[in-house]
Amino acid sequence: MRALLSHRLVPVVAMAAIVVLLPLLFSSAYYYRVAALVFVFALASIGLNLLMGFAGQVSLGHAGFMGIGAYAVAIGPTHLGVASWLSFVIGAALSALVAFVVGRPILRLKGHYLAVATLGFGLLLAIVFTNEARFTGGPDGMAVPRLVLFGSSVWGAQSWYWIIAASFLVGAVLALNLIESPTGRALRAIHDSEVAARVLGVDVAKAKLAVFVVSAIYASVAGSYLALLNGHVTPDVSGFLRSIELVAMVVLGGMGSIAGSLVGAALLVVLPQTLTFLHDYEHIALGLIVMAVMVFLRAGIVPTLARALDLRRA
Amino acid sequence: MPAYAKTVAAAIALWIAGATGQASAQVKVGAVLSITGPASFLGDPEKKTLEIYVDDINAKGGVNGQKLQLVAYDDGADANAARTFATRLVEEDKVVAMVGGTTTGATLAMIPLFEEAQIPFISLAGAIQIIEPVRKWVFKTPHTDKMACEKIFADLKQRNLTTVALISGTDAFGKSMRDQCVAVAPKAGITVAHEEAYGPRDSDMTPQLTNIKAKTGVQAVINPGFGQGPAIVTRNYRQLGITLPFYQSHGVASKQFIDLAGPAADGVRLPAAALLVAEKLPDSDPQKPVVVAYTRTYQQKTGQPISTFGGHAYDGLMIFVEAAKRAGSFDKAKVRDEIEKTKNFIGTGGVVNMSPTDHLGLDLSAFRMLEIKGGDWTLVQ
Amino acid sequence: MPEFLQFAFSGLTVGAVYALVALGFTPIYNASDVINFAQGEFVMLGGMTTVFLGLAGVPLPLAACLAVVVTVAVGLALHRFAIEPARGASAVALIMITIGASIFLRGAAQVVFDKRFHSLPPWIGGDAIRVGGATILPQSLVVLGGAVVIVVLLWAFIERTLIGKAMVATAANELAARLVGIDTRRIVGLSFAISAAIGAVAGILISPITLTSYDVGTLLALKGFAAAMLGGIGSAVGAVVGGLLLGLLEAFAAGYVSSQYKDAVAFLVILIVLLAIPRGLFGRASVERV
Repeated sequence: MRALLSHRLVPVVAMAAIVVLLPLLFSSAYYYRVAALVFVFALASIGLNLLMGFAGQVSLGHAGFMGIGAYAVAIGPTHLGVASWLSFVIGAALSALVAFVVGRPILRLKGHYLAVATLGFGLLLAIVFTNEARFTGGPDGMAVPRLVLFGSSVWGAQSWYWIIAASFLVGAVLALNLIESPTGRALRAIHDSEVAARVLGVDVAKAKLAVFVVSAIYASVAGSYLALLNGHVTPDVSGFLRSIELVAMVVLGGMGSIAGSLVGAALLVVLPQTLTFLHDYEHIALGLIVMAVMVFLRAGIVPTLARALDLRRA
Repeated sequence: MPAYAKTVAAAIALWIAGATGQASAQVKVGAVLSITGPASFLGDPEKKTLEIYVDDINAKGGVNGQKLQLVAYDDGADANAARTFATRLVEEDKVVAMVGGTTTGATLAMIPLFEEAQIPFISLAGAIQIIEPVRKWVFKTPHTDKMACEKIFADLKQRNLTTVALISGTDAFGKSMRDQCVAVAPKAGITVAHEEAYGPRDSDMTPQLTNIKAKTGVQAVINPGFGQGPAIVTRNYRQLGITLPFYQSHGVASKQFIDLAGPAADGVRLPAAALLVAEKLPDSDPQKPVVVAYTRTYQQKTGQPISTFGGHAYDGLMIFVEAAKRAGSFDKAKVRDEIEKTKNFIGTGGVVNMSPTDHLGLDLSAFRMLEIKGGDWTLVQ
Repeated sequence: MPEFLQFAFSGLTVGAVYALVALGFTPIYNASDVINFAQGEFVMLGGMTTVFLGLAGVPLPLAACLAVVVTVAVGLALHRFAIEPARGASAVALIMITIGASIFLRGAAQVVFDKRFHSLPPWIGGDAIRVGGATILPQSLVVLGGAVVIVVLLWAFIERTLIGKAMVATAANELAARLVGIDTRRIVGLSFAISAAIGAVAGILISPITLTSYDVGTLLALKGFAAAMLGGIGSAVGAVVGGLLLGLLEAFAAGYVSSQYKDAVAFLVILIVLLAIPRGLFGRASVERV
């Protein structure tokens, strides 16, 4: 029993159960939409979490990759005549390529210097999306054509909920497998100490680059889903504040915890919806909650609570 | 039971009864506005205006025997958040109509939802894409960017000026108006000789203005932009001693611009609604009573100077209310039909005449050309 | 030539603003390795408090002093009620707390103040100064002067006072500092007070140029952070040089390359500089402890 509970697929089964059972509580398309948004951002957070929580590298520009994915499914079908699903794939491939090219030099930077470099990278992309209005519609954004799958177009928050939630589960399983792979172990070694990892024969640069590329793909896929779900995309998707939001989801939920990414995303997507009754005081409450979570649950919500449960069991 | 406890209990009972009783007799009007974020100086007066006038309408007995309830959400100028709140208005709050959508991006993101749900949607955003092509359920109240460009170009023509330079903000407003100006310039016989841009939060635009100054042949400068940017552009314009005629847009149409730009604002011209010069309008002007009343009410209730942005919200709400009265019910399809039939509605933005092919209903006469003199607006005759 | 000079003046004006904001990051970073994401809100508080006290009839010089006091109090409260209780948490967790604080302060400012833009009259008025066909406003020189004065004060504080030295010790090794009897808790608290004061002074000095509003802090902090990193985080001289460089980059990019892409050009240069000098221009090299 004990072994069963500590099996690494427990979180996945739990999350799958959430995905299936959650709609029982939903009374309208609004709930489906909010839940779909939670899974979109959870997907992006998982990617960023691999980078931050396991490889110990921070990125303040990850929304940039979301932007690439989002604009891919908008520009591809609109301007280039490429089918939506193919644009989706191309967006992910493009993000991976950009991450590969950009990652090689900037991942040599450390700590806050890496943060500012990724921040600059994200800003560059946002500036391009804002200024190249012929392709992107400029700051007002552009419409995203509906995704056509098997001859019928996908529409409505409900359909998107199932597609996005399923993708999230796939993403979570892949991430868990990656963590358990030799690469994953190398990553955790980097997180603990880069020098020590290098001494042990880990190709640090290569491992960091690999996880950066993977995390970019996660963000791009999330961005594509966000654009398709909204049917409209604006440069906000790749903005600096969005990048900060992603980092906040990872840190609040818990660095190094895949389930934590889901919890962090759920917190920051649902809170603005539940706090609306406070009107002008909404941001005060949001700021207080963020501070309180970090003060009382320092390692993030999921890891701290998990540890507390473990202690009680022991 | 002590007396005060009884009072409290009675108050709570009343409050609960009131709340539930109200809920059944109230009709919900939705609004998604950029109350915070980079467009908050538009969204904030919009929200205040809606609150003031919904209360006012209810105090006077409501509409069709029912009270209105305003359900307003803040999208922070983020299109994604706007879309979520729009879904909430449609699915959860079951609003009968929507007045709002501060920015064009948010409006465009929300349109498909209201079209699908068949709910009348009166946007408060500027760009012409909202009503062109005409969408059955979508209307808007502010003048379009295109009209602002045409009004400025007409004024240039009168002054025999034909070559201009543009310095525009890279925000949604500046970019959209810049595109429209460049598009309609050839038809108006205007040449755009040079273009510059600045970020919405930049604090010095002298390099851009220096380049404009160095460009030979430029006869006038136009600054499409909103927020604090145009105020800084105006200050820098005077700092560099540029003497060419200088035009701002309807994006700075609040007293705040004059306060921020200070003496540098003298001589600046801009197209704006009659609202800004309410007291200075001739008594024969049909808009005068409306704009004077709005100005007094808004300033008295908020203690802040008026802007045309709040006026757009007033127009949107009143167009909906008038349409609902004519329809005699809150049936969405009937209200929509009546909104489209709006004729001779006198709002703060102008006289509105809608039709199945025109969901804005304003013409160029709605814009007045204003010039800032001695720290105040004056009408250019 | 007048163009070149004008671009340079513009760059110095904007650069001085960035430098002042960037300087605010150094004390907290030096004492605790934390990048304070609420630094922009300190700048906002300095400017907005002065504006609103001024509107309430308080003479502006007094309003400015009070604004510094208010901001320092906020900085101390942030330390006492949010940073101190999270003692021992990772740097990332502490940074997240400052992000929460920035959301909180912005939210509070929109309730306490308003959502409109405000301006302050220049602290030294007068016409633009003309040099070789280009112009610069006296207020720009005030901001520049303010940055220099703060750098000198910080230097004197760190080099010439015992508390300053204790601060350096705390930054280098907190445990060791505590072992030699330094009250490191106080030192970190002090760093929040100093950063808040610098932020407030920055807000007061730059508001006549940049104008101010409840949400002015976000973008200022972003640029200030980039400037501080360019100069090498932790170095006061680096913050000023980084700020001025960033301003000049933007101005020359706007003047000679493209005003649409000036921010992009500036950030590209920052990226290139950091790749060449991974610790920034004036950053200290540090060795990772294994």
